[in-house]
Amino acid sequence: MSGTPAVQSVAGRGPGDPGYWPPVSRRRKIGNLAFWGVCLIALALVVVPTVWLAGGILARAIPNFHWNVLWTKTTGGLSGGLLQPIVGTLVITIAAMVIGGGISVLTGLYLSEFAVGRHRGVLRGAYEVLAGIPSIVLGFVGYIALCVDLKMGFGLLPAVLVISVLTIPYITKSTETSLAQVPTGYREGAEALGIPTSWAMRRIVLKSAVPGMITGFLVAAAIAIGETAPLIYTAYFSDQFPSAQHITHQGVPYLTYVVFYFSPFEQPSKTANILSYDAALVLFVFVLVLILLGRTVAAIARRNSE
Amino acid sequence: MAAIARPGGPDGGAGTSLPRRAGAALRSAVRRGDILRWVGGIGAVIPLLALGFILVALLIDAIPAIRLNGLHFFYKSAWSYGGGYNANIVSTDGVKHLSGSDFGVLPEIAGTLITSAIALIVGVPISIGAALAIVERLPRRLANGIGIFLELLAGIPSVIIGLWGLVTFGPFIADHITPVISRNMPDVPVLNYFRGPTGSGEGLLTSGLILAIMIIPIVAATSRDLIRQVPILPREGAIALGMSDAQTARKVTLPWVGSGIVGAVVLGLGRALGETMAVAMVCGVALTTVPGNIYTTMTTISATIVTQLDGAFTDGSGFAVRTIAELALVLMVISLVVNVAARLLVRKVSGTALPVGRGV
Repeated sequence: MSGTPAVQSVAGRGPGDPGYWPPVSRRRKIGNLAFWGVCLIALALVVVPTVWLAGGILARAIPNFHWNVLWTKTTGGLSGGLLQPIVGTLVITIAAMVIGGGISVLTGLYLSEFAVGRHRGVLRGAYEVLAGIPSIVLGFVGYIALCVDLKMGFGLLPAVLVISVLTIPYITKSTETSLAQVPTGYREGAEALGIPTSWAMRRIVLKSAVPGMITGFLVAAAIAIGETAPLIYTAYFSDQFPSAQHITHQGVPYLTYVVFYFSPFEQPSKTANILSYDAALVLFVFVLVLILLGRTVAAIARRNSE
Repeated sequence: MAAIARPGGPDGGAGTSLPRRAGAALRSAVRRGDILRWVGGIGAVIPLLALGFILVALLIDAIPAIRLNGLHFFYKSAWSYGGGYNANIVSTDGVKHLSGSDFGVLPEIAGTLITSAIALIVGVPISIGAALAIVERLPRRLANGIGIFLELLAGIPSVIIGLWGLVTFGPFIADHITPVISRNMPDVPVLNYFRGPTGSGEGLLTSGLILAIMIIPIVAATSRDLIRQVPILPREGAIALGMSDAQTARKVTLPWVGSGIVGAVVLGLGRALGETMAVAMVCGVALTTVPGNIYTTMTTISATIVTQLDGAFTDGSGFAVRTIAELALVLMVISLVVNVAARLLVRKVSGTALPVGRGV
């Protein structure tokens, strides 16, 4: 924060006083005011759509919202509640956090602690490039390669694999960054005390990086929960609960599908549209909870480190 | 791993000493962190393998379409699976397709580029202005509060933004804003794209504005973090030399982090190019027309993939799916070029790495 310029703070003094500065020209003042006015308008243009967006969805969802939507099953595809999609979204997200998260933590750990030089450049480049692939392309490759070529059909497994790949860059990045922020002194101290590398890694280095990693997981979970494009042609949809016995060849219901296919974009049916808004509301709450959790973790970590 | 494998080698079955030796080898490997290194290494290769898998799978499936569709695929407007009711599969140059199939994706490519351009034109100035206002003008507590808005905007699923665009935002601008613009815009080159029938709120302008809303959190949050890192001394120096606040912001603060902001903008562009659901729901999905004015319905590559793949399944020759694979490859190449260029640029100029994806 640069504060107000020193020029203005002494403008009240007369020509003879010590520290006198000629008055700021009117043009300069107006220019300054205009610039910051434009910036504040820009800020308003960030806040207003967010409020409008949140308010617009809530205004459509809440008047028709009944709590029993949360534990009523979806029936006939277009009516009933959201129980299976909620379970499906949670199962896909948690499974992706386990698979993608596991791979990401290993990758981040390796890149930060072991890899050097060109080796590291290539591996890091790979996951950063992975982040640049549009999610619809991931979904299409999931369909063409996993569902068709590897004959998995629509199901939980291809969906989870695609979402895992989608979340890898986010968790890897946060793991690598938070490990890199652990002071070298910690590692050197452990080494000097003769603590085995793996032990030091687990108890000292990883432990200090945990808050940053959790934040990465929460961001990735928010993204996984909200993704639609990669799931449409890998998970497809069904009114069956996801189950460990049928990880392939059985569609999986999830909330974003309900938002899309039950919306006025695809369905004229009023009950379907209401379900679409309800699903949007549930997703909105999920994302909000994840954001607030992330902030809490960050705040706790900051307090502990001070 | 090698250390564990050794005891099981040539003399591996030598009586009772094996478990003990294996245990000792394992223990020492654990102590030295070898196992962690190997497991970590295996994990770290997976993103690379996934990337290779994606590229190869896409390329293999797209090759027949690339061969048959040829170059005019890129400057023609057509989307027809061919066949009809008496669908007969024919073979041209060894590629099976339905008779009369015809694909040209100029509208898709044009739509993708134009909507992304609109998103940047609208979104970037807003983002940078907002970032400056947050850092330089708001008290810290309020700035944190605004941070929640940015995170929320970044976190809201794109399909929900699409739903909002479809039922609230699109109709609103079609009812209250675009008719006024269309009526009052002078009939001169460039500006006459803003004239003409304004439609129902599904189309180019709505898609571009929705994309602008979606890139704002990325660009604004990244710019905000960059601007916060500008040291105080050069700014104080500028004030001491008699620059006003606004001049300092424009001539010292922003150039200081210029390359980082360019990188953030290109990240936002990457998001805009690949965004699927939100655009699919507000673009009107017009597969074969290049937009004539800024209100007409259109489509983008990603919206075409997500809305047409279902129909492409019905093509018995599989050629429609292969054409979509080619389209996906085009999108992937565009996004990767943009993304890699941004990363190289930022790393070269400022030596720091860009955040991934959504400004994380």
